Parts: sequence; C-alpha cells; structure tokens
Amino acid sequence: MKFGVIVFPGSNCDRDVAWVTQGLLDQPTRMIWHEETDLSDIDVVVIPGGFSYGDYLRCGAIARCSPVMQATINHAQQGKYVIGICNGFQVLTEVGLLPGALIRNRDLHFICDRVPLTVSNTNTPWTSAYKPSEVIQLPIAHGEGCYYADNKTLDELEAHNQVVFRYGTSSSVTGSDNPNGSLHNIAGICNRQGNVLGMMPHPERACDPTLGNTDGLRLFKELL
Amino acid sequence: MTQKYNAQVYVTLRPSVLDPAGTAVRSSIQHLGYDTVEQVRIGKYIELSLTATDEADATKQLDQICDRLLANPVIEVYRFELTPVLEPA
Repeated sequence: MKFGVIVFPGSNCDRDVAWVTQGLLDQPTRMIWHEETDLSDIDVVVIPGGFSYGDYLRCGAIARCSPVMQATINHAQQGKYVIGICNGFQVLTEVGLLPGALIRNRDLHFICDRVPLTVSNTNTPWTSAYKPSEVIQLPIAHGEGCYYADNKTLDELEAHNQVVFRYGTSSSVTGSDNPNGSLHNIAGICNRQGNVLGMMPHPERACDPTLGNTDGLRLFKELL
Repeated sequence: MTQKYNAQVYVTLRPSVLDPAGTAVRSSIQHLGYDTVEQVRIGKYIELSLTATDEADATKQLDQICDRLLANPVIEVYRFELTPVLEPA
C-alpha cells in the first residue's frame, strides 16, 4: 500500500504521518508537493495537519485551490482512499469532498489536549479494527474544530452512518464531553462511500509506543 | 471596452452559525457600560479591483469569486458594492 502525504506551505504534521506509514508500518511513502498533479502511483492520499497557507481567509480555503486538490478529487472519485487530519479535514470540507464546515472553537481557545473519542461507525475501511462504540483516546490540537452543518446535512450524515468518531465516551449526540462545540459531538466523518475520511483528532500522534498511546495505529494498519 | 471597478466585499456568518468571538466582543462592550448593544457579529471585509465589460459582467465575476473562494456558502453569506473607477482623461 503506497501512501502519499500532501505538503502545503504551512503543513506541519506531514512528517509525523510519514513516520507512521513508512517508519512504523514499513509502507512506501511519498511526500507530495502541493503543485503536483499526478497521484496515479498513490493508494492512500493523506492531507496532514498544520496551517496550510497560514490559514489565510479561512482554514483550508487557499489549499482548496492548489493543483494537487483536483488530483485528490479525481483520486477520491475513483473510490481510492483519502484521509484528511485536522487541517486536512478542513481542506476536505472546503473542497467539497466532505459536507459541512469547521469553525472557531466554542470557547475561542486553541485546544491542545488528549481527549476520549467514541468510534461510532466501525463499518468503514478505516475503523474496522475497532470495536463498535469503542472508546479510544487521541490528541487534538486545533482552534477551528467546531463541526457545523445545517440540520438537513446532519440528518443525512446520521441516516447514512457517516459519523465515524464522536467526542466523549458515548455515542450520544448531545454528550457533555465536547471540547469545541461540534454539532452532534462530531470529531470525524466519512463520505457516503466510506473511502474519504476527515477527522480533527490526530491518529498519527498516537501510533508510536514511545509516545505512550497507540490508539491511532489500527486506523492506518487496517488499510494495508 | 473594459471598465475598472473597485469592489467592497462583506462576508458575514449565517444567522444560524454561532459566533463566539462576536459574543465575547458584545460582552466586552457591555462591560464598558454600553448596555444598549444587543448583538455583535464579526465578519470580513475585502477590497479588490477588477476589470469587466460592464457592471453586470463585474457582478457575475464577483458572484463566482465569492461563491468559490471569498465566502464558504456552508457558513457564510456575502454582499458587495461596486464602484466604477474613473480613468483620468
């Protein structure tokens, strides 16, 4: 399985991802500069965390216009895997591969923490190694992670089981364990086909046992 | 013939989207003693200049630019004002 990690000016979790896919999982991994347009050698496109283009205008708004994103859309439309983590999730909503938007955290603070998450859909290529409703812990680090969508979109997400991760220790949509005000406690969603995943928490920061938590490793390992 | 226009673009959050920064600013205004202020919403203001064949063309171009980049229709609405730039004779 060949991984491609997109690098925008301002990406800063790109090498953390490569450390997991190449360093820990021994998979071929290529860094993809944002001006590239050919992703035909790649199986899994990873849009990493960071502050692409300095978060100018809106988080992910400028990245959305870069040449590599059209290639990423084509990649996704072929049913191949795309994962956006943190800023990558923001980019995926801006480009329209996932619905909704990520806005300023409810309490305005940038949050850097480790939080409990409930895996609310294990029927995806990314989460089949987790147990239904399993509670895991992953790091979060964001200022604009509050998931917003209109009621119709939220209903559709729930009806098609597209909410993959929720904040807190239960699958409740109204739980109080919500760090940023995300509607329905949403921490991660997939598209209807399941091949495109976006999530604010950082699974790549919870893979190497040296860091004391490997809850994120199964997400990458399951794809192989 | 093309005409140059200055555009003033206002991007604001949809009413259904919470604006915690606006709420914090409202609270600060009230702390200053201005109890008359009821609501604060914070948006963006963008100035740009463009050339177009006429005002309809400029409006069409700007609508597309706003829909595709300057505003995110999921959370924001926009409006703009166009002013023709008079070239010196």
